[in-house]
Amino acid sequence: MSAITRDEVAHLARLSRLALADDELDHFAAQLDQIVGAVARVSEVAADDIPPSSHALPLTNVFRPDELRPSLTPQEALSGAPAVEEDRFRVPRILGEEA
Amino acid sequence: MSLIHKTAAELGRLVASGEVSAVDVTQAHLDRIAQVDGEVHAFLHVDAEVALAQARRVDERIARGESLGPLAGVPIAHKDVFTTADMPTTAGSKILENWRPPYDATVTGRLREAGLVILGKTNLDEFAMGSSTENSAYGPTRNPWDLNRIPGGSSGGSSAAVSAYEAPLSTGTDTGGSIRQPAAVTGIVGMKPTYGGSSRYGLIAFASSLDTPGPFARNVLDAALLQAAFSGHDPLDSTSIDQPVPPVVEAARQADVAGMRIGVVKEFGGEGYQPGVLARFHEAVELLESLGAKVFEVSCPTFGYALPAYYLIAPSECSSNLARFDAMRYGLRVGDDGTRSAEEVMALTRAAGFGPEVKRRIMLGTYALSSGYYDAYYGQAQKVRTLISRDFDAAFQQVDVLVSPTTPTTAFPIGERADDPMSMYLADLCTIPSNLAGNAAISVPCGLADEDGLPVGLQIMAPVLGDDRCYRVGAAVEQAFESRWGGPLLAKAPAL
Repeated sequence: MSAITRDEVAHLARLSRLALADDELDHFAAQLDQIVGAVARVSEVAADDIPPSSHALPLTNVFRPDELRPSLTPQEALSGAPAVEEDRFRVPRILGEEA
Repeated sequence: MSLIHKTAAELGRLVASGEVSAVDVTQAHLDRIAQVDGEVHAFLHVDAEVALAQARRVDERIARGESLGPLAGVPIAHKDVFTTADMPTTAGSKILENWRPPYDATVTGRLREAGLVILGKTNLDEFAMGSSTENSAYGPTRNPWDLNRIPGGSSGGSSAAVSAYEAPLSTGTDTGGSIRQPAAVTGIVGMKPTYGGSSRYGLIAFASSLDTPGPFARNVLDAALLQAAFSGHDPLDSTSIDQPVPPVVEAARQADVAGMRIGVVKEFGGEGYQPGVLARFHEAVELLESLGAKVFEVSCPTFGYALPAYYLIAPSECSSNLARFDAMRYGLRVGDDGTRSAEEVMALTRAAGFGPEVKRRIMLGTYALSSGYYDAYYGQAQKVRTLISRDFDAAFQQVDVLVSPTTPTTAFPIGERADDPMSMYLADLCTIPSNLAGNAAISVPCGLADEDGLPVGLQIMAPVLGDDRCYRVGAAVEQAFESRWGGPLLAKAPAL
């Protein structure tokens, strides 16, 4: 039985903000199913009492001095923006309904 | 010998002594790029004017008597995943086409300050996800040894540029093997430093707990000089290690393995490994023994689970990191016709701007992090990660370094694995454990496989902050092989 169905891929695509075409859903469903099947091998390792590692280095709470330093100008920060208005990022509407 | 065939160390000496100008060295490499890059396609961006202007400034600084370090005036190519304030940065993706970053990465900035001249930006698998450079949105790079084969990945443009003599040095990033594997299959040297030894500031993130900038060169000493030039603590990267850089240059000059204990990883070999790769690997182990090293077989039982753990951890981190490509502040924006919401524009842009491998990994990571699956997948993978670190710790109680083939096979033909993600992932079988544990590992050439006459790499793994051991053993292997071969392995490559 496949672990990843076409519907599941459609759900993952929505969560991932990827507007996939129908043929992509089919293609990815087969591939993701194969990949998940292969990576599920991690469950063979007996690791109940093993602490997880999110990171290779034992680092916690790294601070740097709280000092003023140069940052980007508004022009630099906006230099790659797809749309700009009044020195700000112009974005499509973010609410579902017209206010 | 023409300038393009010289080592970086030699070029640095020639420029420092005034025998050759940085402009001449840069021009020679720009000419080489013009001659061969139509076929190789190592570069996504070359700017001769910017490069020559940088070279002129280096010549002026040297003329004024400034002391700039051993690589001043030496050209370099940067993987197009490091930001450069004077050149575009695309990460091999359509979503960043024509993007010009407003700042330099720490790696690029430090090398600029040390007087290295940036020739251009090299091709890569999109967002550094892949093992062949076929996932680039801008077309594949070709292996200079055989133009129908892959140059490795994800840093395949950087490995091809150095092995095709288009640049004496290049930078790459290694998240699961993306420096060592391309170095192995193009017959050059590639090093993954200890995680945190090289700054990630200004590196476009793929998997932040694994991503490690590192050097490519045609010999071990040049790689060490480059690593030394960009390494060291960076307050702008909170995972940067605040400790002295290991003595990599001294180790590369030492090149002596007498009395060292070398462990052969028992789990790497056998089924799935090309016979010619294993033959060259065993030869390299015998060579080390003949140089006075003591060789032991070492078992690392969890290494067999490194690949599945990696393909849960890396996609999970990538699904989070790549959320920043939201079509709002920079990069591509698609479908903003005044009727669509920000969320719709975001989804259309990401579908249009990301290639298939990036989409696969984002969705795989989203799956592994979903409630209900988190413990079984991401959580379990993190536990396996702990066990892999423990395997390394136990091994390094017994030996000074571990060795293995860098890759199970030589360079495969372009297209062969392009739509078979699992077979592509196997290229990183031997390199991934060092990413999960964060330790240092290098690949150095160890000969040509009998079946296909293509380069094979020897991987040397050392403990965290034991980078110098990689260079010490790598340099010894290089010296011994070169006296056996009568020169570097790359001299056997067909002329382009």
